[in-house]
Amino acid sequence: MHPASFGYHAPRSLVEAFGLLREHGEDAKVLAGGHSLLPAMKLRLTQPEVLVDLRHVSGLSGIRVDGDTLVIGALTTHTEVSTAEAVRRSLPGLADTASVIGDLQVRNRGTMGGSVAHADPAADLPVTLTALDASFVLTSSEGERTVAADEFFVDFFTTALEPHEILTAIRIPLPPSPARTSYAKLPHPASGYVVVSAAAALSVDDAGACTAARVVLGGVAGTPHRATAAEAALTGQELTPEVMTAAAAQAADGIDPHADSYADEDYKRHMAVVYARRAIEAAAARA
Amino acid sequence: MEHPALPINVTVNGKARAAEVEPRLLLVHFLRENLGLTGTHVGCDTSQCGACTVHVDGLAVKSCTMLAVQADGADVTTIEGMAEGTALHPVQEAFQEQHGLQCGYCTPGMVMTAAHLLETNPEPDDDAIKHALEGNLCRCTGYINIVKAIRWAADQMRGQHASS
Ligand SMILES: Cc1cc2nc3c(=O)[nH]c(=O)nc-3n(C[C@H](O)[C@H](O)[C@H](O)COP(=O)(O)OP(=O)(O)OC[C@H]3O[C@@H](n4cnc5c(N)ncnc54)[C@H](O)[C@@H]3O)c2cc1C
Ligand code: FES
Ligand code: FES
Repeated sequence: MHPASFGYHAPRSLVEAFGLLREHGEDAKVLAGGHSLLPAMKLRLTQPEVLVDLRHVSGLSGIRVDGDTLVIGALTTHTEVSTAEAVRRSLPGLADTASVIGDLQVRNRGTMGGSVAHADPAADLPVTLTALDASFVLTSSEGERTVAADEFFVDFFTTALEPHEILTAIRIPLPPSPARTSYAKLPHPASGYVVVSAAAALSVDDAGACTAARVVLGGVAGTPHRATAAEAALTGQELTPEVMTAAAAQAADGIDPHADSYADEDYKRHMAVVYARRAIEAAAARA
Repeated sequence: MEHPALPINVTVNGKARAAEVEPRLLLVHFLRENLGLTGTHVGCDTSQCGACTVHVDGLAVKSCTMLAVQADGADVTTIEGMAEGTALHPVQEAFQEQHGLQCGYCTPGMVMTAAHLLETNPEPDDDAIKHALEGNLCRCTGYINIVKAIRWAADQMRGQHASS
């Protein structure tokens, strides 16, 4: 199956890319790994007139530590994220997330920036990046702004990204070691996308008390969903099995998941509790 | 609207190829139709089956989900580039030895994914093999002999390294 005809540009710099986006406006789309965009174009769900491929723009890929922040270039692939030593060591929950996206071939092409910009409610990375309190660097010819994950994801496939902006990097605050981060996913058996998933990031002091908790659900809303009641139930507590189970039991408070042919609302609500518990327990066990 | 063809230079199975292609031409169609390399198959419209898997700069990718223009400057290996003369690649030999195929439609993609796996992980256990094959569907075998074949290939390849 062929996509409809389009023009293709592979600019050598961000400045050149911004020029193309300005020239073509709404008719243009940025191309990263192409693993959400090209399948949609083949099915004619979207028909951009012009693709602006970022592959020759240098400086958009790779992982580096900047003080107490991990900076991941937008074009860094899921495979690179899941295998990078810096990620495995400091943010094992993020490495785990990248390693369960789609399949091996998809992970070899798909990028973190593409996944974030696409904002599929059944995607994996937006869930974990929200739990990790990541922020996104949005760059345009006017300069750059940084938007926190909590504000970035607006609705199904809708983000704070403007059409003339390019997501250039993802910034993640590095947690104090040991890094207690995790991801638990119930994949759809055919598509592999998220039915329900949960990411947890916990901080624990020397006395064993949880000083901060972020618990985020995927698949239950148009955007990643902060399970704030569960977070509050963990904060200030020693992470005993009882405390974790009680916190997870509140994970589904306030969610209104969409039913689909595979999972109805009650099932998703139930799985939200199960997967929140698994994520919290896995994060707590990381020492 | 018509869009002009663009020049690309791609190395395919070690041979430099230059062509002018429409931007919308998928890599799989470039390989099959422009170059006549029909060993790379198309089994779906949804990027799910893996029959089209080739190596681009050493990585297994689905050539139905990549534009030919995105492969400009790349080094591509297809199933036709795996054997050396009449000597099959160990993964190809393994599928034959261990009955890892029936109709054979999925096999080129399976071989390309498995070869990539064994390059990154020469000693995969069954779980690692199954995880690596999540993007390759087979309608015939039930996968058991495919996993067996890849385990066999891994043993062969390690044996070769040990004896060389
Ligand atoms: C078979 C299959 C299975 C998959 N399974 C999963 C799964 O289980 N979980 C999951 O999370 N994902 C899954 N995916 C999607 C995959 O993770 C994609 O790689 C990802 O969603 C998009 O990244 P990309 O680099 O391919 O982006 P592209 O497809 O190139 O782009 C996607 C969108 O983002 C925009 N965009 C891309 N990069 C930027 C940027 N830097 N700045 C601004 N806009 C940008 C594009 O214009 C486009 O609108 C699957 C894909 C396939 C084909
Ligand atoms: S043809 Fe099915 S994944 Fe490429
Ligand atoms: S052998 Fe027939 S599809 Fe796999």
